[in-house]
Amino acid sequence: MLNALCLYGRYIDISFRSQMQYRASFVMLSVGHGLMTGLEFLAIWVLFDRFVSLDTWSLPEVALFYGIINIAFALCDACSRGFDLFAGMVKSGEFDRLLLRPRSTALQLAGQELTLKRIGRLSQGLAVLLWASHALQLTWTPEKLLLVLLTIVGGACLFYGLMILQATLAFWTTESLEIMNTVTYGGVETAQYPLVIYREWFRRFFTYVIPLACVSYFPALSILDRTDPLGSTRLFQWLAPLVGLLFFALCLRLWNFGVRHYRSTGS
Amino acid sequence: MGPYLAVLSARIRMLLQYRAAALAGMSTQLFWGLIRVMIFEAFYRTSTQAQPMTFAEVVNYVWLGQALFALLPWSPDNDIRAMVRNGTVAYELVRPIDLYTFWYSRSLANRIAPTLLRSVPLFCLAFLFFDLQAPASPAAAGAWALATVGALLMGGALSNLVNISMLWTIAGEGTIQMMAVCTYIFSGMVVPLPLFPDWAQPILNFMPFRGLVDTPFRLYMGHIPASQVLAVVGHQLLWTLALVGLGRFLLHRGSRRLVVQGG
Repeated sequence: MLNALCLYGRYIDISFRSQMQYRASFVMLSVGHGLMTGLEFLAIWVLFDRFVSLDTWSLPEVALFYGIINIAFALCDACSRGFDLFAGMVKSGEFDRLLLRPRSTALQLAGQELTLKRIGRLSQGLAVLLWASHALQLTWTPEKLLLVLLTIVGGACLFYGLMILQATLAFWTTESLEIMNTVTYGGVETAQYPLVIYREWFRRFFTYVIPLACVSYFPALSILDRTDPLGSTRLFQWLAPLVGLLFFALCLRLWNFGVRHYRSTGS
Repeated sequence: MGPYLAVLSARIRMLLQYRAAALAGMSTQLFWGLIRVMIFEAFYRTSTQAQPMTFAEVVNYVWLGQALFALLPWSPDNDIRAMVRNGTVAYELVRPIDLYTFWYSRSLANRIAPTLLRSVPLFCLAFLFFDLQAPASPAAAGAWALATVGALLMGGALSNLVNISMLWTIAGEGTIQMMAVCTYIFSGMVVPLPLFPDWAQPILNFMPFRGLVDTPFRLYMGHIPASQVLAVVGHQLLWTLALVGLGRFLLHRGSRRLVVQGG
């Protein structure tokens, strides 16, 4: 375990140094990435400018949802490049090389790259979150701080799980399934707004099938000190982010199952 | 004209082969449309004052946007991108045809083929199940069809501009991203343009992007009367001409200073 962590550290170190060879490009891409995601927030602002409020929710409250989910997604997006490239590795047979090495395949893929330019979305999400907390005059008790960190980690794990799932499917399809984008990018889009505004089937889908609400909506209610119109208790809201970790563990198991059934495409 | 039409049709026929990708794209669009509709539904639910667009109109706008998603200049021509990177772009310069028109035909084909594949089933689904209404009148339908052609011509010019910019940037990620963002926000794809603040309207009116989404869609539902179709198409064509002019100028400059590396 310790050895694996060391190895991962080495991977990240190499990836960091190789990207820093193109410093100007890194800066421009990060700024561009930040601006791009920033414009998405502009769109939300436009809607609030026109409609004043969304049901009983104000712009700063929605900004809190927005900040949390975007930070979580940016973290996952930065670390999961290897799984993103995985379908191509299956196609070219390159994955065979990974199997020959005496370390777990998941670790090797995770260590492929730490995509530094994702810091654009990350800092943009953080800025929105800080603005929201300022506008709402939230008091950050240690418990709340812990909860927000837990939520972000849970969210990142959930998205990572989805990335692993997408890659796992490629064992059978050899083709990267774009359809998973609906739950990753679509999930980010969805979780930028409080879950309660959606129709029931949709809420169920993002609670029970893809437990996205557990790492955004439910804990955020506790942070905002709002009672849930859907009737969840405070205790549940506190424990909900752990579902993200469970989801990740489950996806990892599926991955290992996939690896055992891998048949090389040959050359 | 002959060789360019041949390029256009060959490219369209090739791209029409990617049906699985179209199916995946379609389901993404469907899901995305549902999210957008639900978000707008929530905004309209509690809003008391009159808005520049009714909820039913916004629903139309969203579904038209999802159906015609592929028409927008999102993506560059990946073949051209690869050619600039590996130097084979030099062969392009040798061809006895006008390079701008050649690339422009490719751009048009890149817009037309995926749109054909995705829009028809999406139109049917949205029409049958998701409250997309028929065009306001036969005149509105005609005006919309005309403006959609205008949008296509302008979209081709915009994406060709990105292609040409790669002669400078080589990687092109920055320009691709910028074009995608501008298109996404300022065309009305995320939020229908009439819902933007009133002070922003003159700026949005001036920019080319509204001709891609906003004006054709509003012609469709009669939010802009069909009699104004000439103003809309005029705006599109003027911008198309300006963009083509800029593209030609840049391509001319770019091909002069082009250095092809390698032996």
